[in-house]
Amino acid sequence: MAGDKITKALLFISSLTILLLSAGIVLSLAGGAIPAFREYGLGFITSTAWNPTAGSEEYGAMSFIAGTVITSILALLICIPMAFSTSLFISEYYNGTRTAGILRSLVDLLAGIPSIVYGFWGFYALRPLLVNLGLTDQGFGVFTASLVLAIMIVPYATSLSAEIISMVPSELKEAAYSLGATRREVIFNVVIPSARSGIVASFILALGRALGETMAVTMLIGNANVIPKGLFAPGNTMASVIANQFGEADGLKMSALIAIGLLLFIITALVNAMGKLIIKRFA
Amino acid sequence: MSYTPESEHVLEIKDLSIAYEPGRWAVKEVSSAVKRNSITAIMGPSGCGKSTLLRAMNRMHELYPNIQTKGDILLDGQSIFAMSVIELRRKVGMVFQRPNPFPNMTIYENVVAGFSLNDIRMKKSQRDEVVEKALRDVTLWDEVKESLFRKGTFLSGGQQQRLCVARAIAFNPEVLLLDEPTSALDPIATSKIEDLLGELKKQYTIVLVTHNMSQAARISDDSMFMYLGELVESGKTGTLFTNPRDSRTEAYLTGKFG
Amino acid sequence: MTPELTDNIEKRTRSNGLFRYLVIAGSVITVIPIFLIVGNLAVKGYRQINLAFFTEPAPDTFQAMMAASSGEVIPGGIANGLTGSLLMVLLASLLAIPIGLLTGIYIYENSSKRYAGFIRSLTEILQGVPSIILGIIAYIWIVKNVTRGYSALAGSVALTIMMLPLIIRSTEETMKMIPITIREAAFALGTPYYKMIYKILIPVSFSGLATGVLLALSRILGETAPLMLTALGSPSVSFDITRPVSAVPLLIWDFYNDPNMVNLVWSASLFLMVFVLSMNLLSRSFASKHKYI
Repeated sequence: MAGDKITKALLFISSLTILLLSAGIVLSLAGGAIPAFREYGLGFITSTAWNPTAGSEEYGAMSFIAGTVITSILALLICIPMAFSTSLFISEYYNGTRTAGILRSLVDLLAGIPSIVYGFWGFYALRPLLVNLGLTDQGFGVFTASLVLAIMIVPYATSLSAEIISMVPSELKEAAYSLGATRREVIFNVVIPSARSGIVASFILALGRALGETMAVTMLIGNANVIPKGLFAPGNTMASVIANQFGEADGLKMSALIAIGLLLFIITALVNAMGKLIIKRFA
Repeated sequence: MSYTPESEHVLEIKDLSIAYEPGRWAVKEVSSAVKRNSITAIMGPSGCGKSTLLRAMNRMHELYPNIQTKGDILLDGQSIFAMSVIELRRKVGMVFQRPNPFPNMTIYENVVAGFSLNDIRMKKSQRDEVVEKALRDVTLWDEVKESLFRKGTFLSGGQQQRLCVARAIAFNPEVLLLDEPTSALDPIATSKIEDLLGELKKQYTIVLVTHNMSQAARISDDSMFMYLGELVESGKTGTLFTNPRDSRTEAYLTGKFG
Repeated sequence: MTPELTDNIEKRTRSNGLFRYLVIAGSVITVIPIFLIVGNLAVKGYRQINLAFFTEPAPDTFQAMMAASSGEVIPGGIANGLTGSLLMVLLASLLAIPIGLLTGIYIYENSSKRYAGFIRSLTEILQGVPSIILGIIAYIWIVKNVTRGYSALAGSVALTIMMLPLIIRSTEETMKMIPITIREAAFALGTPYYKMIYKILIPVSFSGLATGVLLALSRILGETAPLMLTALGSPSVSFDITRPVSAVPLLIWDFYNDPNMVNLVWSASLFLMVFVLSMNLLSRSFASKHKYI
């Protein structure tokens, strides 16, 4: 039947788009990055140089890798207690109640706020607060950026954890209760060991999101092309340096930025793949 | 822990009513008593309230947030609602319908799970003693003594259930509650558990819910028949089965409804 | 006999209660930011929202300074951003929806083949790519090679790549929920394969597909990073896809630093957030109301 053949062909061709896109992305990134690697070799990855002056140009990715890793991990650390307590609230203590439903919706709202709005709010509302607390001069820096980043990734960690926790079979919990365990003891001795891989996976996926986050971080991290010297010192992440400097870059500098993009792509892909792998094994 | 002098009745249920939601009474004004060192069977068709009644005996029914309870249950003369739930559950243990050993623990750890969950420290020699006695009492010792430190999931259904019984009796409770303990097991495993219960009643008082009348007839000393939340009839099993006083009991026993 | 029960019931009960309070406190702390953000934006942003907000392009910083110093409302609005966003989102949808739908159907129909599983994995990886990198890609492909300059087309391409994985996955998930018996009924009536897809599969799953599209749209409406490298921004309202164009998030980025324009930016942020959140809520309620399956 002709209609069938055409349809099947159409469907197949559509699927090719993904294939071509993926290959194209990898090739373009790699192609754009080659000049930088040819010039600086693999040392590009570990170098903290960043000197755009013509004549003595030198670029290296390490400052930004450090910035990305530090802010993302710090954000994850801040996020963990919040996501953990919220997912226990939703799936254990108040499971099935309207309050839990409302809380879940509120947390989902957090995920819907655009990154630039977070950045803007952080710029005008959070920074002055931190300055008033005397923690920092102007409010720019690793801590501010990580704090906002933490708020942004909480919904991802929470919703997945909550789902995993609610899947722990109730008969295991009942067995523990019947032996006289308190609720806290059941959570720590039965629920968490049972849900452990899923919870870890949800945090890894949240980390993956934090790694790629651009706007909020760019507006708050202070844009200093060095490894941050302290918790409240300024720095730059891979994503934010690209956002800031790509527009006016060309030649070697652009290639360096593309190379940084390639590295970011690889790191994010690896972290996300790890998270998904854990979930697949677990489920 | 204070005992009143050993009386004939370990448990006394006084006018107990339980509702899951306002107005929906699953157990209606049930009064009865359970004799020490005996096996009491609670039977009845689906939805008659037998599981609810059983779970009230170790206050597991309170896991439902909206539960309403009226009346009382006395354990050795003391109201179970007046004592701490933790203490109660050490005196009244429970085995569930589907075997549920903790999958992240070894067989050894499962037996003493009650102690570790309650944060009770024991010397290793004490722990070893408890484990061996409990496993011997459920006739599992010889089968698993070489694999105590493997996770229990490789055991058969019947063995897992015996492990759960061992876990429940490790505390040396007074009463052991069993909620349809053999309905998920094959006939051979079932008969092993039934034999086990016959032995265990020498040390413990056993209350079991069963939807299998012949099981009740086979192993219980006393029986309670429930229908739509009410305790219709109770008494010695032999008498209840051969000479039921209530027509509903007779109808159930002759299979007129399930 | 039984070892002595040497635990401390009081201590355990106390630690149980304490933990519960910690869980509740943690949950409250988690949601406080929403109220802070929404509250701040509402209070500071409502003033600039007037008719001009929607119909006039952004003013330059000088005009804004004049208004700010006399305490008046800044003249102008975000029309250039609104039209730019609209243009690019429309174009991206035109590209992403058909391709995403068909690919999703392909994966669903051929889920047993290894190739389909491979495509699904690629889609998942694509979904996790940071949006700024898609901006780099669209820059290389379109800005450098097609339009020889920043353009709305480049921005649209970046947004298209962002939308595709979302639409593909939601299409597959929706189709998975259709009971097999419906397909079987169609075939039993002699329906040819392609008709089954167009006349049964797609219409029956329509609400689920629509939800997926709405969610994908709400996701890209707030995106800024890829547009910085592709659409760049423009002070005027424009519908030329080969030229730079503005977008609402881009306007926020352009002016967030400018103390004169700050009021306008608060309003733009308020508008953007409300719009995106509304689309989010809309798609959720759409999904639950039209639960066919």
